[in-house]
Amino acid sequence: MDSDNDFNSSQASGDDFLDDQDSDLGLEDDSDFDMDQDDVGFESQDKDMGPRKQAYEVDYKVFDPQQIQASQDNQIDEVSSILGQPPEATAILLRHLRWNKERLIDRYMDNQEEVLENAGLGETAATNPPKIAKVAGFVCDICCEDDANLETFAMKCGHRFCVDCYRQYLYTKIKEEGEAARIRCPGDGCNRIVDSKSLDLLVADELRSRYHELLTRTYVDDKDNLRWCPAPNCVYAVECGVKNKDLMQIVPTVHCECSHDFCFGCSLSDHQPAPCALVKMWLKKCEDDSETANWISANTKECPKCNSTIEKNGGCNHMTCRKCRHEFCWMCMGVWSEHGTSWYNCNRFEEKSGSEARDAQAKSRLSLERYLHYYNRYANHEQSAKLDKDIYLKTEKKMQQLQNTTGMSWIEVQYLDTASQALQQCRQTLKWTYAFAYYLARNNLTEIFEDNQKDLEMAVENLSEMFEKPVDQLQGLKVDMMDKTSYCTKRRVILLNDTAENLKQGNWEFNVKFS
Amino acid sequence: MFASKRLSKELTKLQDKLPPGIALVKADDFREWLMDIQVMDENPIYQGQTYRLKFTFSQSYPIEAPEVVFVRDESHPIPMHPHIYSNGIICLDLLDRQGWSPVHNVESVCVSLQSMLTSNTKNERPPGDDSFVRHNTQRPRDINFVFHDNAV
Ligand SMILES: [Zn+2]
Ligand SMILES: [Zn+2]
Ligand SMILES: [Zn+2]
Ligand SMILES: [Zn+2]
Ligand SMILES: [Zn+2]
Ligand SMILES: [Zn+2]
Repeated sequence: MDSDNDFNSSQASGDDFLDDQDSDLGLEDDSDFDMDQDDVGFESQDKDMGPRKQAYEVDYKVFDPQQIQASQDNQIDEVSSILGQPPEATAILLRHLRWNKERLIDRYMDNQEEVLENAGLGETAATNPPKIAKVAGFVCDICCEDDANLETFAMKCGHRFCVDCYRQYLYTKIKEEGEAARIRCPGDGCNRIVDSKSLDLLVADELRSRYHELLTRTYVDDKDNLRWCPAPNCVYAVECGVKNKDLMQIVPTVHCECSHDFCFGCSLSDHQPAPCALVKMWLKKCEDDSETANWISANTKECPKCNSTIEKNGGCNHMTCRKCRHEFCWMCMGVWSEHGTSWYNCNRFEEKSGSEARDAQAKSRLSLERYLHYYNRYANHEQSAKLDKDIYLKTEKKMQQLQNTTGMSWIEVQYLDTASQALQQCRQTLKWTYAFAYYLARNNLTEIFEDNQKDLEMAVENLSEMFEKPVDQLQGLKVDMMDKTSYCTKRRVILLNDTAENLKQGNWEFNVKFS
Repeated sequence: MFASKRLSKELTKLQDKLPPGIALVKADDFREWLMDIQVMDENPIYQGQTYRLKFTFSQSYPIEAPEVVFVRDESHPIPMHPHIYSNGIICLDLLDRQGWSPVHNVESVCVSLQSMLTSNTKNERPPGDDSFVRHNTQRPRDINFVFHDNAV
């Protein structure tokens, strides 16, 4: 496997899409502005990524809040000594220019006065710090008060408001809108940023701590190679060098310390092998078509033989009717024994002959059918993953009891945990293979993909089935289960490597254009 | 409290004097007001029509922008404009979190909307009006409009 992936080690600069982000600040664009990705300043402490990196894996690092703070401080110190400004002022300057060190240094060398002035650190700010004042004849444009004793405040731009209104304004921005480093003057059309000295003067202590917390967040928010883990309450951030423009060639899945797998490109949960743009399009489609598609994800079906209602209560697709013992496949409702020998015929939608498609009505019905085919399988794996988890939780409880009564060791039951995790992960991948396949044009590559998909699907169903065995049999099936687990994982790696390699080389042919 | 103090002052002023083509219809409380606007020049798209605006204020108005939409009834259509959806939702940076300044008020919003109509020559809806009107369930303030065409 060629692991020489240029996305992974790439430190290349020269992105220009970043410039757009700044235009709302009223800063003029530097067309030669380079986003340097190696300036994060984190100490190199490579995570153990396993013996050899697979084609679908990317390099990344996870950072805890202390490390984020430390790297922020490092960078402030470094720039501080270059500019000859105290760390406090340097921090304000860096935040003002969205943590773009090079840009700050360039501009500072170009026009020191202007840079300081724009960040609220100008000459006048030093000799004449912001202060609250009473001004004769003043009328506040926000509350319309004109009391002669009104305390007022204005920054250098001269937009003066009463202190109460200013405070209320800052409170709303910080508390409700979560802004910090780039709160603008309340004056109409004024782009002046409320500097932290003015802020310290105006806001209450309780708000100030929130403000500083938000300031720290901007460090990660502003850096393109850093992203917060989207898991609820997670405090970690991930660093990864994959850029927006690479997202049609690579799916940068990262694994947070909190155990959440997510896509560095779009922050959604792991969606390999499908690239971000495809995922976005698919989710939009599912949302638009949810009414038509709703009925399929229903959790009950009738037994094809005796018509009694069967509820799917485990993740496995191998169904056995309680009443008539008929064995069938939940997905295609076909007889299971046929699946057993000729293997899965139900992962692939057989394109109907062209003659049927001639009629316009048949065509639209066919396109709906085609969508439903893929959606059904996509939704099925999503649902199954939840059921598998339920079953595992139940099993875990029983294993606990078993440990207590028979003295089996904790370590002896861990294979169940491993199996369950592998199952979840494979289901997640399988789920997205169906969205991926929906957009694939029919060709040889697609056939290979569907074979891989079929193999993984089969492996997953075989493993999933084992979870439904009675608990007292589980211990005896340990070796078998471990084998099936590693087989599942192996099939997943094969599928992901194949898709990743072809994605990187631009080999996939899609039946739509992704924007 | 914050909003009502300011709104009562605005109300006094509105009851006293308003620019031509702008009228106060209903302001019974400090939560929701109705205003009417007319286009004063000869613009054929809007001639002879009166449009009704609904202002909804939050507790922190004017720090927060009011929610402003056109409302339709028998005598008040929704004006045709490439930034006004047929359900009355307006795409105007002034009403967006980024574009709003607490210095603005009900009157200045009405004046801005009036001049937005006056200067318009396109008798059309925004692109994607159909599907937006059908699918949008968000409140105007939660929609992230992209203001790429502020000239219109
Ligand atoms: Zn005031
Ligand atoms: Zn100002
Ligand atoms: Zn996390
Ligand atoms: Zn993504
Ligand atoms: Zn049956
Ligand atoms: Zn089947």
